[in-house]
Amino acid sequence: MTDLAATDPLPKPKRDLAPILLPIALALAVIPLVGSTSSWVTLTVASLAMGMMIFIMASGLTLVFGLMDVLNFGHGAFIAVGGYAATLILLPFAASLQVDSLWVNLAVLAPAALLSMAVSGALGLVVERVLILPVYGQHLKQILMTTGGLIVAEQTLYALWGPQIIPTPLPASLRGSLIFGDVAIAKYRLLAMLVGLVVFAAILLVLNRTKLGLLIRAGVENGEMVEALGYRIRRLFLGVFMTGSALAGLGGVMWALYREQVHASVGDELTVLIFIVIIIGGLGSIGGCFIGAILVAMVANYGGFLLPKLALVSNILLMVAILMWRPRGLYAVTSR
Amino acid sequence: MMILSGDPPRSRVLGLILVVIILALAAAPFVFPGAKAMNVAAKICIFAALVASYDLLLGYTGSVSFAHTMFYGIGSYAIAIALYAMGPNWAAVATGIVTGLPLAALLALAIGLFSLRVAAIFFAMITLAVASAFQVLASQMAWLTGGEDGRSFQLPELLRPGTVLIPKSLIGFELNGRTLTYYLVFVAAGLMILGLLRVVNSPFGRVLQAIRENRFRAEALGFRTVFHLTYANCLAALVAASAGILNALWLRYAGPDTSLSFSIMLDILLMVVIGGMGTIYGAIIGATIFILAQNYLQALMGVASRAAADAGLPLLPGLLHPDRWLLWLGLLFIASVYFFPTGVVGRLRSAGAGKA
Repeated sequence: MTDLAATDPLPKPKRDLAPILLPIALALAVIPLVGSTSSWVTLTVASLAMGMMIFIMASGLTLVFGLMDVLNFGHGAFIAVGGYAATLILLPFAASLQVDSLWVNLAVLAPAALLSMAVSGALGLVVERVLILPVYGQHLKQILMTTGGLIVAEQTLYALWGPQIIPTPLPASLRGSLIFGDVAIAKYRLLAMLVGLVVFAAILLVLNRTKLGLLIRAGVENGEMVEALGYRIRRLFLGVFMTGSALAGLGGVMWALYREQVHASVGDELTVLIFIVIIIGGLGSIGGCFIGAILVAMVANYGGFLLPKLALVSNILLMVAILMWRPRGLYAVTSR
Repeated sequence: MMILSGDPPRSRVLGLILVVIILALAAAPFVFPGAKAMNVAAKICIFAALVASYDLLLGYTGSVSFAHTMFYGIGSYAIAIALYAMGPNWAAVATGIVTGLPLAALLALAIGLFSLRVAAIFFAMITLAVASAFQVLASQMAWLTGGEDGRSFQLPELLRPGTVLIPKSLIGFELNGRTLTYYLVFVAAGLMILGLLRVVNSPFGRVLQAIRENRFRAEALGFRTVFHLTYANCLAALVAASAGILNALWLRYAGPDTSLSFSIMLDILLMVVIGGMGTIYGAIIGATIFILAQNYLQALMGVASRAAADAGLPLLPGLLHPDRWLLWLGLLFIASVYFFPTGVVGRLRSAGAGKA
């Protein structure tokens, strides 16, 4: 080992590329198994789109855990609430959604998405103040409180909207596929990928390029030290929690359109998937969450195509495999 | 004292309530002979045992598992599939028991070894994932489990309602196979609860509590915490699977809604928290309150909902609709975690201690 002079710049931390290469390797490895290129492209695009949507929903949860050691078992409620809030705009303006013009459709979709984010974010504020603040620092009670919150939220949705499934058909301009040669790519999936990438880029930009992001990252690593330096980590946390809830709401709208229906049980379904994603990614890591979401979606899509029987447990198998390789997830951020 | 393992209720009111509940359950077939009342009584027995086993995990080790219904379901399905495939005989009952219990214990061991090394929160997430995968698996393997329809089966001759053991003319009421099944459920559940009381008051139980209070310190004292936690997890799974067996025997049916669904898991959580975590007695109280509410509160809510609808109030009819009873229990759950985390039992105990 060579001695470092005092004037030398600090050695750069090693970049950990293996997790990034993992989904790429997985995608390439299945090419010979899938057989035809066109179905491979379709499957890959489907995985990426689904992965982006899951990432949007999971990103808030992983940050909240990393920052304040709070695991919200009621995160799924924000997804469901987001979906229902969107129907407040999507249903009255159903007619303009059937006009085959992208701009007219987007003029309805954008306010719907914004409304969902606002409603979920506001709900996040209430949940943080009422449910999480009193049991801060006590894992057991957090799990119980937020599970109770999930029950209450789900039942309230049923009471307000009724127990039936609400159909939310895709807007006319986003239906169908774009055809390139013999490759068909669903339009909505492209939009989902685009939104997911924008959200991912925005989060990375905020986390890595702003003072706020610096504080959040510092808080994830050592919250006490950030507090000792005079920053109000509680307020920071509230902000992250609300943003995470709002993103879950956005994910809820996108998922509702993807499935073309809204139901309160969507929260339960996706909670499991989201937990798997954030465990795989490493609790508290945004990059890990992104890769984890894509991996989970890839395994679901490729697995469903190649081995439909195994698709049910494939997520669990993926989680076991990843945790055997890296016991604390792809990127272990926190010391916990 | 011996039979309670030196852990009495420690509150006069609590003792009185428990005696009333147990006497009512013991006399249920004669005092409340209707089919619905019998179902409620049997369900209270089964859930008291199931919730007590969950209390061993949640209350005594402080680890939140979401896979408890999975073990309950394994017990239910094992006996149902055995009786369905082999016909109504005792060999099938025995087969169900000797396949179901070890299967549950092995699965608990695997989950425990895999995830109990890490924090409570990790364990909660992994059990949730495994349980949901198991649920999907059970509904997909229709050739074995009957899928969404589940499996209905016939009980051995002795336990059928048609079998009259002592006719009505002899002692004033009829003792039939159904009554016998009820007492089988009652006695088995009672034994399981007493057994759990024994476990938590043993040196082993003390170690579990030490781990709950401070895992690091327990480890420093030389206890192998992973071993203790895994052992507790397996024990709880065994009792849960046994409760599942009783459930299937009572219902003569095993299906996703009665033995596997996530809502049962939430019910168990509600019962253990409302009754009082870490007391075992809380399981009996919690199960009784919850199941009585489930069966009789709904009727009350129906009346209130109609009254609100007649009065033309907005929103209230929807909120008071009988199907929304879980909403109010959910609120009660949050309130009880917040205001009295020790549940009904803890409240009664501290009230008694305050007076003395």
